[in-house]
Parts: sequence; structure tokens; C-alpha cells
Amino acid sequence: MAESEMLVLQGLHKTFNPGTVMRKMALAGVDLTLSKGDFVTVIGGNGAGKSTMLNAIAGTFQVDSGTISLGGRNVTHLPEHKRAAFLGRVFQDPMTGTAASMNIEENLALASRRGQPRGLRWGITARERAEYREKLASLDLGLESRMGSKVGLLSGGQRQALTLLMATLKKPELLLLDEHTAALDPKTAEKVLRLTSQLIRDNGLTALMVTHNMKDALALGNRTIMMHEGKVILDLDAEAKKHMTVEDLLAQFEKASGRELANDRMLLV
Amino acid sequence: MNIAQLLNQLPGAVAQGLIWGIMAIGVYITFRILDIADLTVDGSFATGGAVAAILITGGVNPWLATLIAFVVGLAAGMVTGVFHTSMGIPAILAGILTQLALYSVNLRIQGIGTDLGSRANVPLSINKYKNMLVSLRNVGRFALDNPIWLMLLITLVLIGLMYWFFGTEYGCGLRAVGANPQMARAQGISTGMGKIVGLMISNGLVAFSGALMAQYQGFSDVQMGRGAIVIGLAAVIIGEVVFGKLFRNFALKLLAVSLGAIIYYMVIQVVLWLGLNTDDLKLLTALVVALFLAMPHWKSRFTAWKLKGGKLRG
Repeated sequence: MAESEMLVLQGLHKTFNPGTVMRKMALAGVDLTLSKGDFVTVIGGNGAGKSTMLNAIAGTFQVDSGTISLGGRNVTHLPEHKRAAFLGRVFQDPMTGTAASMNIEENLALASRRGQPRGLRWGITARERAEYREKLASLDLGLESRMGSKVGLLSGGQRQALTLLMATLKKPELLLLDEHTAALDPKTAEKVLRLTSQLIRDNGLTALMVTHNMKDALALGNRTIMMHEGKVILDLDAEAKKHMTVEDLLAQFEKASGRELANDRMLLV
Repeated sequence: MNIAQLLNQLPGAVAQGLIWGIMAIGVYITFRILDIADLTVDGSFATGGAVAAILITGGVNPWLATLIAFVVGLAAGMVTGVFHTSMGIPAILAGILTQLALYSVNLRIQGIGTDLGSRANVPLSINKYKNMLVSLRNVGRFALDNPIWLMLLITLVLIGLMYWFFGTEYGCGLRAVGANPQMARAQGISTGMGKIVGLMISNGLVAFSGALMAQYQGFSDVQMGRGAIVIGLAAVIIGEVVFGKLFRNFALKLLAVSLGAIIYYMVIQVVLWLGLNTDDLKLLTALVVALFLAMPHWKSRFTAWKLKGGKLRG
């Protein structure tokens, strides 16, 4: 494997509820390779397998077949909490990424020790506090003066911004963003998206971002993939993205999938 | 109804409350921090008493016997933890299974050295084992050997230890496991391991408390843990209701649990003094705890009702 390959997915298959009427083939042979520094946006209709692919990478469940390599390591059978050492994750639901009953600095301290053995040293140091205050100030949300506040008191947008900071506090080999702005109002979503790009650029991160907003998908990142029925059906590089409009993308989808994109959740503008 | 009679009973209520308070701190760890209702405690409380009693009657130093009871309690918690995480049994059922199994185990522990190999009750007379840590014989006296002083000291030391532990990197991780398991896993924390360790610490404290109780009352009995979970929950809830607004710091919250247990036992003394039959005590306790557990639910329904304009129908 080449040195620059950060993520390699080979032939990922996953069927939920096998052998029942609820049987659902969620991943039908996903092959995908991300180079170091790639920022890939992922689009596709409902049930296309976008979130399932991210969860497979994160280890939320074991895949039926195929392999997952992260930074040259085969992590296919590694449990979720061990893979966390290499991954930063932001979820669709702002409640998921943070512990509501713990305060802001405790959440950050937990995240800064991701993938490290946790011992009997004190959970947060004065030096860390200063560092967190500085990083929170850069979010420009006023959170630096509320480090002792419970995260449950924050708004959805603030929680997503905090989760983003937590996901990147200890530099991950891969950042997984699962429609992380979908639950926010348009203005907040835009702000969080701007912060996302900035964090990815500043830290030189490799990232995989699922979005249902086609315009965002084309505007952000250096690569866009489209999924359909558990497979990657379209892979656009930076050059191809530049000349692509949302209408082109729709036409491409029809050509590649053999059907029209009928999806009320997909935002075309 | 003689008020002097009641006043005579109160020091005993305080001592009992302090001992059960340690048990209640164990319940707080599972119920509030890990978000698990762990029913192991009914068994592990008696296990603590059984281990301490059999060791003390065997000539072991009571301090050491109480510490060993703590370690055996850790093991009991581990069994529940493994039932729950490795075997996928719902937490509440895992606790019930361990509790049931412990009943036999406790009979066997207490039966060590007897012909039958099983015994329901082990007497622990303070006259015979003079170096026991606490005894109700001295509870009415204003003297240094009054068990209240030592219990206060032990309680404060334990609260200090818990405050330290849950402030460490590992302890913060445990709190995250209870607060948001998905977030904990995403931060590289094993939620299964976390639950096992939490259940161990909790049941270790419960057994420790049981060991002190056996010494205090002068015997160990397989039945002594019956309803322990309810008493623990009562202490946790009373502590929160009475001191919730006042105590925000984690150490103070644990102190509130201990104070809650003391209040519980004082109230019990009062209702007994007012003429309640001892046999009806568990019924009363269960109803009071049910009432307090219902409070948050009723409160939110009341708020929703007020928001709708306070009308009875939509």
C-alpha cells in the first residue's frame, strides 16, 4: 500500500436483519481509497448507504465482508473504541457528540485523550484549560467564558461547533462528518460548515463528509462521490468538480444509476 | 408517646444512616453516574456482612475483615458487569441474577467452619470481639468510642476518595460512559469495561457498608440486604430533594446522599415512635420512594399542562 493512502475500503458488504422480511442490503461492495489530505464530500439519496459507510469505518458494527484500512493498518475487526484513536467524528444529532451532563472543559479534556490510556492523573490540567480557552475563543461563539457550563445548556449549533473542535483537538487520521449540519438552521449550518472547512484546512486533515446539500458537496472539498444502493456510483476529482453544476450532477446520477433522482430530502440548490 | 424515648433513638438513627449512607453512595455511582439500576446490592450488602462476620469470628482484625469484604464486593459487581456486558443480559436482570446467586453464596460463606456448611445468621458479640470498628452498644454515649465519630470519618474519607477518582482521567471516562455511551466510544472509551468497573466500585462500597452494619448490629444475617436498593435510592433522592439546590460540587452531592440516608433513618424512627408497626416499614419505604421517583415525571407533565394554557383538554 502506498504511503499516501489514508483510507482504503475494499468490497465492503453489510446486510441488516438478514433472513427476515426487514432484510436490507445497506452496503453492496463499497470500494474507496482516500489519499492523505483528501476532503471528500459524499452525496446520495435516502438509504444509499452514506451513513452506513461512515459507521462501518467507525466500527459501530462489523461488516459482513470486505476490509477497512486506516493509515496502513487493517482495522476491519477492531472494536469501535479502539478505532477511535484514529478517527474524529461529528454526528447528525448535536446531542450525540457531547456529554450533556458534563461541562465544556470536561468534554474537551475527554476528547484530547482520545486513543490514549486513561490513568489516575487528574482529568484536566491548568495548562490544558488555557489551551482550550484559546481554541474556544477562535470559534467566536463566546464559549471561552463558559468553560464550566454544562454542555446540555448549549444550542445545537454551539454543540456541533464544540464537537468539531473535540474531533480535531487530537489530530485524527480521518475526520468523519455525518450530515453534521442537517439538524441546524440554515444560518448556523453555514457557520458550522465554514468552521469545518477552516479546521480541515488548518490541520491538513483527511475528511469524509456526508451531506444532502448538493451545492455544498460541490463547493467543498477536493473530491465528491455519489452513492446509490450501497455502492459508489460516481467519483469526481477536483478538476471535474470545478466544471460541475447541480444540474450536471443530477444528469450524471441518472446516467450512472439508470433512474431519476427522486428524493425529497436532497437539496438541489 | 414519650419525647425522651424518641431522642434516645436518634443517635442510633444517625449511626445507621451513616453506615447505610456508604451503601447509598454505591447506589449513586450506578444509578446516577452510570445510569444503571443495579439490584446486585441487596445481595452484596449481605455478602459484606457475611465476609466480615466469618473473618472476625475467625480471629481476623476487623479493619482487615472490612477491607476484604470490600474486595469481595468488587467481585460481586464484576459478576453483574460480565452478565450485562459480555453476555448481553439487561442490566436490571443481570443484577437480579447476581443477587439471587449471592443468597446461596452468603449462606455458604456464613457456614464456613460449621458442620452443615451453611448458616443463616452469625452472631458477632462486641463482648467477645472487643476490637470491632463500630457497635450500637456505645451509640448513646457522648464519648470517643461512639461509633458516630468513626463513621463520620470513614464517610468523609470515602467521599474524598470518590471525588478524587471521578476527577481523574479514568474517572472522567466513566462519567462519560454513563452520560453518553456513544460519545464515550467515539472518544476511545470502552463502555463495556467502564460499566464493569463502575459496578465493581459500587458493590465494593455496598459490601464495605454491609461489613460495618454487621459489626454495628452485632450479627450478620442473609436477610440483612433485603430492600437495600430501595433504601439506597431513598437516600439518593432525599439528598437531592433537600440539598440539590445547595450542593453543586460532586463531593457535596455525595455528602448529600449520606445526609439523605441519615434523614431517612431519622424519619423512620419518628414514624415508629408515632406507632407504625415495624412490619409495615418496607411498604411505607417503597411507597415514599415511588412517590419521589415519580416527581420529575409529574413535574414535566405539569409544565406541559401549564404551557398548554392550563386547560384540562387539549
